[in-house]
Amino acid sequence: MPTPHWEKKPFVFLLLATLTILVGTIITMVLPFAWVNTEADRIETVTPYTPLEQAGRDVYIREGCNNCHTQTVRPLVAEVLRYGDFSKSGEFLYDQPHLWGSRRTGPDLARLGGKYPDAWHYQHMQAPTSMIPKSNMPAYAFLQENPLDAEAAQRAMDVLGFPYAATDIDALKGKNEMDAMVAYLQKLGTGFRMVVCRLSPPWVTPRSGSS
Amino acid sequence: METVTYNYAIVRSFITWSIIWGLVAVLVGVLISFQLVNPDLNFAPYLTYGRLRPLHTNAGIFGWGIGSFFATFFFMVQRLCRTPLWSSGLARFQLWFFNATIIVAAVTLLLGFNTSKEYHELEWPVDIMVVVLWVIFAINIIMTIVKRREQQMYVSLWFMLASIVGVAVLYIVNSAEIPASLFKSYSAYAGTNDANVQWWYGHNAVAMVLTAPPLAVFYYFLPKSTGVPIYSHRLSIIAFWSLIFMYLWTGAHHLLWTPVPDWVQTLAMAFSIMLIAPSWGSVINGYLSMNGQWHQMRENYLVKFLILGITFYGLQTLQGPAQAVRSFSSFIHYTDGVPGHVHMGALGWVSLVLFAAIYYLVPRIYGRELYSIPLANLHFWLVLLGQLIYSLSMWVAGLQQAGMWHSINSDGSLTYTFMETLVEMYPYWWMRAIGGVIYLAGLVVFIYNLLKTAKGGQPAKEAVATA
Repeated sequence: MPTPHWEKKPFVFLLLATLTILVGTIITMVLPFAWVNTEADRIETVTPYTPLEQAGRDVYIREGCNNCHTQTVRPLVAEVLRYGDFSKSGEFLYDQPHLWGSRRTGPDLARLGGKYPDAWHYQHMQAPTSMIPKSNMPAYAFLQENPLDAEAAQRAMDVLGFPYAATDIDALKGKNEMDAMVAYLQKLGTGFRMVVCRLSPPWVTPRSGSS
Repeated sequence: METVTYNYAIVRSFITWSIIWGLVAVLVGVLISFQLVNPDLNFAPYLTYGRLRPLHTNAGIFGWGIGSFFATFFFMVQRLCRTPLWSSGLARFQLWFFNATIIVAAVTLLLGFNTSKEYHELEWPVDIMVVVLWVIFAINIIMTIVKRREQQMYVSLWFMLASIVGVAVLYIVNSAEIPASLFKSYSAYAGTNDANVQWWYGHNAVAMVLTAPPLAVFYYFLPKSTGVPIYSHRLSIIAFWSLIFMYLWTGAHHLLWTPVPDWVQTLAMAFSIMLIAPSWGSVINGYLSMNGQWHQMRENYLVKFLILGITFYGLQTLQGPAQAVRSFSSFIHYTDGVPGHVHMGALGWVSLVLFAAIYYLVPRIYGRELYSIPLANLHFWLVLLGQLIYSLSMWVAGLQQAGMWHSINSDGSLTYTFMETLVEMYPYWWMRAIGGVIYLAGLVVFIYNLLKTAKGGQPAKEAVATA
C-alpha cells in the first residue's frame, strides 16, 4: 500500500487529527450549552449562595469532600427513597464548579439541607465516630479554630456575581469555617420542593415553590 | 554510513524522575487505602484523605505517567526520525520545569488549593505551568519530526502527535476559570455545563494521556522486544483514526442519569460501545504480532510485561463500555467497582507497558546489562498480584455495595441504611490495602534492580549497546 502524501507531512497530520477530535467535542460538549442553564431549566426557588454559604462551599472544596460525597440524586427508585427527589439541572445554576463527584464512599449530599439540626452537623464534623461509631470519615474539628476571612468571602461574591448586603459581610466577623460549612450543608437541595403530583386543573394558577 | 548521536541523557533523567514520582503516587495510594479502613490515620489539616487523594492521582497520572511518556517519547522520536532531538537545551529546561511543576502541584494540593475537578485539581497558576510545560514539549517533538531523516512516520509518532494536540485542547478548555486570588478561582462554567465539560475532559484525559501514549509505546517496544515487526500497519492506522474520532463523544458516560441532556448521555453510551472496535484493533494487532513468537512469553521478560499489558487494555476496554451502558451504570456507578476498573488500567495496562519500556531502555542508555532478570520476573509477579488483588476485591465490593444500595423490601422500603452498606466494605478495603502493599513491594524490587544496573551492572554486550 503506497503511503499517502499527507501521511508524511506532520502539520497536515496535526490539522487532520485536530479536526477529528473536534467533531465529537463540538457535538457533545459545545452543543449542550444551548440546552443547559436556559430559561427552561430555571427553578424560581433556587437562589444564589449567601456569603456564609459560599464560604462554606469553598471550605468543602478545599477539604476535598467531593472525593467521597456526590451531590446528584439519580432518578432511580432506591436512590429517591434514600436521598429524596432526583436532581434537576436548574438546581445547580449557581454551582461554579459543580460538585457532583464520582464516588460514594459516604452518602450523597444533594438533599442534605434540613435533614438534621445544625447541632448534629457541628458534633458530626468535629468527631464523626461520636455520632456514627463505624464511620470512616476524617474529623474536621480544626474548622472551628479557623476564623472566616470576610474580605475573601466578599471577593468570592463579587467574582461570582451573587447579590449580597454589606451586613451579610459584617455578619461573617466572629464566625468560623465550621459555621460556614454547616450553613452550606443546610442549604444543599433546599431550593427545590418535590411536587409528587399536581392534581389542580390547568385553569388554577399553580403555586410556584414555597413563596 | 553517517552516524547520529542521539540525546539519551535526557531520556535517562526523565526515567529517574518519573520513577520517583511514581513511587510517591504508590506510597500515597497505600496511605489513603489505610485511611479508608482507619480514619485515625488522617492527620488534619494537611494529610486528610480529601487532600491526599488528588495528590495520589496527580502524582500517578502526571508525575509517573506523563514523566515516563516524556522519557519514552524523547527516545522514540529520535530513533523513529533518525535524528537527534531538535533542542537538547529546551528538553533539559523541560525536565527541571516538569519537576518544579510537580513539586508546586504537590505542595498546593496539600495546602488545600484545588479546583475540585477530578484529574484537573490544580489551581490556575499551576495550570499555567502545565500549559507552558506542554507547549515546550510539543515544540521539541514536532520540530524533531519536521527535520526527520526517515520519510515514513511510524504509527507511534501518530499517537504521539494526537496526544500532544488532544491534551492541549482538553486542558485549556477545561481550565477556563475566574481567579479570585492567587490560589483560588471559580469555574467559568456552571452546574450541568461545568459537569459536562469536566467529564469531556476527564474521560479524554484517559484517551490522550492513558491510551494514546501507552499505545505509542506499545507499538514501538513490542517489535523492538520480540525482534519481529507489528502484524499489520494498516490495522494500526484504522484503529488510530477510529479511536481518536470516537473517544471524544464518550465523556458523558460518567454522567448517566444526571441532569445532563438525555441525548448527550445516549451518544456517550453508543460511542462507548463502538470504542470496543478500535481498542481491540490494537489488542488483536498485538496478539497477531506474536504469531510464531509465543515462546518468547517464557523466555523474554519484556514480552511478558507487554502482552499482559495489552491484555489488561483489552479487558479494560470491555469493562469500560459495559459500565457506560445506562442499565449497568445505574447499578455500578459511584461504587468501589469503578476504582477497581481504573486501577486495572493504571496498574495493569499503562504501568506494565511502561515497565517494559524502561527495562528495554535502561540497559541501552547506561550501556550495561540488566542487573537481574530473576528480579525483573519477581517484579512482574508482585505488581501483577498486587493489581489483581486490588481490582478483584473492588469489583466484588462494588457488586455487593450496589446490590445493597438498591435492595428494596416487599413493602417498598429500603433494606439497608447507608452505614449498613459501608461496614460491609471494610474487609474489601483491607484487601485493597494489602494489594497496594504488594504492588509497592514490586515497585521497590524494580527500583533496586535499576539502581544496581546503573551503578554496577555488567558492561553491555555489543548487541545491547548498538540496538
